Amino acid sequence: MATNLTGASHGQASVGAATAPATTHDDHLHEHDHHEQHWLWKYVFSQDHKMIARQFLITGMFWAIIGGILSSLFRLQLGWPQATLGWLEPILGKWVIGGKIAPEFYLALVTMHGTIMVFFVLTAGLSGTFSNFLIPLQVGARDMASGFMNMLSYWFFFVSSVIMFSSLFIETGPAAAGWTIYPPLSALPQAIPGSGMGMTLWLVSMVFFIVSQLLGGVNYVTTVINLRTRGMSMSKLPLTIWAFFLTAILGILAFPVLFSAALLLVFDRSFGTSFFLSDIYIAGQALPNQGGSPVLFQHLFWFLGHPEVYIVIMPAMGMVSEILATNARKPIFGYRAMIGSLIGISLLSFVVWAHHMFVTGMNPFLGSVFMFLTLIIAVPSGVKVFNWLATLWRGNIRFTAAMLFAIGFVSLFISGGLTGIILGNATLDIQMHNTYFVVAHFHLVMGSSAFFGLFAGVYHWFPKMFGRMMDEKLGYIHFWLTFAGVYLVFMPMHYVGIAGFPRRYYAWTGFDAFSQFADLNKFISTAAILAFFAQFVFIFNFFYSIFRGRRATQNPWNSTTLEWTTPVVPGHGNWPGEIPAVYRWPYDYSKPGSESDFIPQTVPYSATPESNLPYERELAE
Amino acid sequence: MSTLTIVLVGILLLVVFGLLFRIQILTAIFSGSTTREIGTSNRVNAVLMLVFMVVGGGLFFYSFVEAYPKMNPPIASIHGHAMEKMFWTTMIVIGIAFVITHVLLFVYSYKYQYKEGRRAYFFSHNNKIEVIWTLIPAVVMASLIFAGWKAWTRITGPAPKDAIVLEVVGKQFNWFARYPGRDMKLGVVNYRLIDASNDLGFDLSDKAALDDFMASEIHVPKGHPVLIKIRSRDVLHAVYMPQFRVQMYAVPGMPTRFWFTPTTTTDEMRAKLGNPAFNYELACNQICGLGHNAMKFIIVVDEPDDYQAWYAAQKPNSQNADMMASFKQMSKQTGLGQGNSQEAKKSAIDETGESPATPLAGQASL
Repeated sequence: MATNLTGASHGQASVGAATAPATTHDDHLHEHDHHEQHWLWKYVFSQDHKMIARQFLITGMFWAIIGGILSSLFRLQLGWPQATLGWLEPILGKWVIGGKIAPEFYLALVTMHGTIMVFFVLTAGLSGTFSNFLIPLQVGARDMASGFMNMLSYWFFFVSSVIMFSSLFIETGPAAAGWTIYPPLSALPQAIPGSGMGMTLWLVSMVFFIVSQLLGGVNYVTTVINLRTRGMSMSKLPLTIWAFFLTAILGILAFPVLFSAALLLVFDRSFGTSFFLSDIYIAGQALPNQGGSPVLFQHLFWFLGHPEVYIVIMPAMGMVSEILATNARKPIFGYRAMIGSLIGISLLSFVVWAHHMFVTGMNPFLGSVFMFLTLIIAVPSGVKVFNWLATLWRGNIRFTAAMLFAIGFVSLFISGGLTGIILGNATLDIQMHNTYFVVAHFHLVMGSSAFFGLFAGVYHWFPKMFGRMMDEKLGYIHFWLTFAGVYLVFMPMHYVGIAGFPRRYYAWTGFDAFSQFADLNKFISTAAILAFFAQFVFIFNFFYSIFRGRRATQNPWNSTTLEWTTPVVPGHGNWPGEIPAVYRWPYDYSKPGSESDFIPQTVPYSATPESNLPYERELAE
Repeated sequence: MSTLTIVLVGILLLVVFGLLFRIQILTAIFSGSTTREIGTSNRVNAVLMLVFMVVGGGLFFYSFVEAYPKMNPPIASIHGHAMEKMFWTTMIVIGIAFVITHVLLFVYSYKYQYKEGRRAYFFSHNNKIEVIWTLIPAVVMASLIFAGWKAWTRITGPAPKDAIVLEVVGKQFNWFARYPGRDMKLGVVNYRLIDASNDLGFDLSDKAALDDFMASEIHVPKGHPVLIKIRSRDVLHAVYMPQFRVQMYAVPGMPTRFWFTPTTTTDEMRAKLGNPAFNYELACNQICGLGHNAMKFIIVVDEPDDYQAWYAAQKPNSQNADMMASFKQMSKQTGLGQGNSQEAKKSAIDETGESPATPLAGQASL
């Protein structure tokens, strides 16, 4: 019990230190560093944002491996529909019958792959890791506004993960109605076995997940607004922080709507209501439900679902902006335009959701409105791409592994984003809806891109997370294998999509219209499985480097932002002494007149008379 | 034994990789490249950027050209031709953007790789070019939106008055097609009357339902607008007819619709493609359960004369003794379908959509 109290008071002390003027608490913090915390409070129920970030990251990596295995399994089925996969039987048991993946298992695989990747890896793993890790470090705070809530955020995510993971092992199988869980299929156990216990666990898990997201999001927003260090005005924030900040706002506004959708679905499933059910005759029985609308669910789902894709991609955009500028040794081009476009994307992301529903029977007039709003969102996205390109222009580029992944991100974002112009056009969506064209589109623009942002972030901030460097050579190998792999998977997938191949098909063999691309599907599957195995290079590098990597220096990338002014391995409270004040924007790279090619944010203008721009001279006085 | 060998080979390979990795680290330390800030790998990566662009771009171009002939489902509807044109026009527009941005990305990466003694150009913003590259995409997007919107309103607008009406209903895991019969009116149905012999739950107390008929494949006449009313009996399905560029969800409790004009008969398409086995196919394109990928339905486009002959040869519900018997029994069981159930009638009319009583002059004259 005594240790418990110590742990709790420790957290509160440091939060207190962050809000009060830091100088008075210096001795206090030093004192705390002396007595060791119990490992349970240090590594497990930690309230330190850096430890929580690492917990999110490692849990996210676990989920990514699971998600990858699931996709490899269903790609086996799609690439070799005739093959006998007897060797899978000892592992998968009854889900493989006579060497064939069972159709219900196939649908469960695609459903769980989507759920895991979108929510558990790219939302929690990406945004959870880096929002937690970087917000206090880059705004100059000792910790999050509420360390305790932050800890809860992880543990709610953990509970949600345990529930979702356990649903993989139940008798009737996990949820299998697609990751979008459209009712009535997801509401009626008699419609598909996965809609029994599997769906119940899915919904319960998501409720915990949403709570986790909200606890995290409120914390991020509060920290960014209230705990910025002296001089850190909003217009001096690194773009990472802007991205995390807006992402958190999107999450806070969008996730409750998913919660309501899930709740109403629970009611329909268990308490006989008819929010989404009407006029159904199934399994030899006419159901009493009347007056519900499945389309209503789609509105609720996509009201979260669309902002969700920006929740996934915006943290990656922020980190990529930061990494490109650092490694091109140039200021990010159009800092204010970058913020403006992030805000524009955030606002627009709330009014485009129904472009997922052009052909679901929604009023065509609404279709026109949403087509208009959807295609507008291409403009701020385009601005971001041009600004990234302009950042590279006349730079002095160092290809760290992080930089490679950042460049890869820009490439994938362009390739995937452009096809959005086709899908956002309601007319063309009539043909393309739910085909592999859509699958290829979002796997490039939000799936692979966000993964590349995640990798870039891990390679870049690994020294700050673990005090050691990752192996660069392995990083290069990982990048080139993954970059090539992703394109080899998803470029041909567009061809399959243009030919009209429907997604979530166990096999296309029944249709003459979808018979021509068997070889191409084999190719895609091969590339996908190889690209998945290439990720083990990263996993090895990651864990090896935690323990045996080269020791990092304090600021290995010669970066300007605040996190690199902390000790190599920052302790609880981040800065041993006073929190440094901030005087300038975070992108003073290669400033004319300055001897060094970067000026940290903590250097006042008065110390750099040789490089100050005209308007900065006034600030120096 | 072979499993053991495979496992052993795997383990040995991992050991070899581990050793190679170790050697790589040791040589790096020995050669001092860990202490140098920018090593030769920077140059290698820069060159690889160019290589990736050239080889990747080449492969993309080659594979695209190779796959192109197989990529486009043949088109058999009027709006399908317009859509196809719009699709490839948009593809060209985004293709240009794709090539320009990627060439810049990879060439810049190569050209501006780290060079000893060079300094990056401090270039933080330029309002003029930012405005330009905001406006250009905005204008391009606006024109695409306008074209898309025009086509969308035309395609989803009301069907012509003389359109032929038929109904397609999805269920796990097949489709039903129903035609209005001689009176050109789709009769009342009620899902509570559904039974093994009455798949759609016809309310046979409604006169309009008596001459409706169900068909085992969809027949439509060439050159005539066709309005498909779409319903679902259980979960969501989607009517997807790739050759006609038609797609619309089938939603339980909410009838949807799509109209189009077929331009090519099945026979003409067979001759055109040189494939005597060709058939127009309807696929389900919204996950609906275990048999999702098996929900195939055949669509036959006939010459108008053939269509009329086919239509006349179909047997109306009133001649289906099983269905009549089943209806009588279900009607007794549920108390519905006795011509006195206002509620059932009302909901049934909702289901079949507005005005089944459209004159259908065109069809009558066929």
